Amino acid sequence: MKVTVNGEPLEIEQPISVQELLVVAKAEQPEYVTVQLNGEFVDHAGFASTTVKDGDTVEFLYFMGGGAR
Amino acid sequence: MSKLTNEQLERYSRHIILRQVGGKGQEKLLGGKVLVIGTGGLGAPAAMYLAAAGVGKIGLVDFDVVDLSNLQRQIIHQTADVGKPKIQSGKETINAMNPDVEVHTYNELVTSANIRDIIRDQDYDFIIDGTDNFPAKFLINDACVFENKPFTHAGIIRFQGQLMTYVPGQGPCYRCVFPTMPPKDAVPTCRQAGVLGVMGGIIGTLQATEALKYILGIGDLLTGYLLTFDALKMNFRKVKIHRNPKCAVCGDAPTITELIDYEQPACDLRKH
Ligand SMILES: [Zn+2]
Repeated sequence: MKVTVNGEPLEIEQPISVQELLVVAKAEQPEYVTVQLNGEFVDHAGFASTTVKDGDTVEFLYFMGGGAR
Repeated sequence: MSKLTNEQLERYSRHIILRQVGGKGQEKLLGGKVLVIGTGGLGAPAAMYLAAAGVGKIGLVDFDVVDLSNLQRQIIHQTADVGKPKIQSGKETINAMNPDVEVHTYNELVTSANIRDIIRDQDYDFIIDGTDNFPAKFLINDACVFENKPFTHAGIIRFQGQLMTYVPGQGPCYRCVFPTMPPKDAVPTCRQAGVLGVMGGIIGTLQATEALKYILGIGDLLTGYLLTFDALKMNFRKVKIHRNPKCAVCGDAPTITELIDYEQPACDLRKH
């Protein structure tokens, strides 16, 4: 099955949880990532219980702090 | 508003010839007021382009002094400015560039105690978050929500950047996307991780573009979108984001009703 992660296609064997996808898709610092599944925010508390299925679109949004100094 | 002088007609001729700007739009810019918080990697190019564009009032907020290591990207400051307060150096650059611009300076670190007064000082139309740390970013977001002011958030690190624009009542705020501040030192800063100097120019200039569009009332702002940029892949992405009804500051039942001073990461507070 195929999912889209940050605009890139990703092949996975079977439906997996958001938490597992963060590992499979090599998200940096998964504990601080904001996740959108098909355009809806997923609470961090729901990472383990929310399933990513064939055709889903997932966005990992990262903190970016730099700018001034 | 008074009509443009002959000198202004010439200075801003490339704006005035644009159908979406014209003389009326240029007058709007000359009457515009933008507050730039942080005159570093993002704020420096943003403030310079706003000044060149003839934004009539520009506020600069920074508490730092120019350091030699700033000059790789903070192009509003020159080699001779090392050691000078950044707001002073920034003001001198803007004054030399465009005498139409009135610069207001605030030599302060933004805190819960002063940020609302700074925003109200000149009743700024639009705020640019050019800061480098999360306590300031969350503070600016919450203050703009409380003061009903539009602002553009941005961040840069290594070869990456992001920005989004908040307009009251029209889309998500920063906290809708990032509800809580990361713990101190959990997410690296530019100082710790490095940043390609041009990233501030690219993303800061996009912030200035949002401010100009807002004042002119043209085009579509990045409200409801997080724009991400990867310089190594040369890839821009616009990710649609929604207002979060559970947002602690702009949601349906806000739990944050006062500004919060989060702990400043020690590495960012250290003076040079
Ligand atoms: Zn919000």
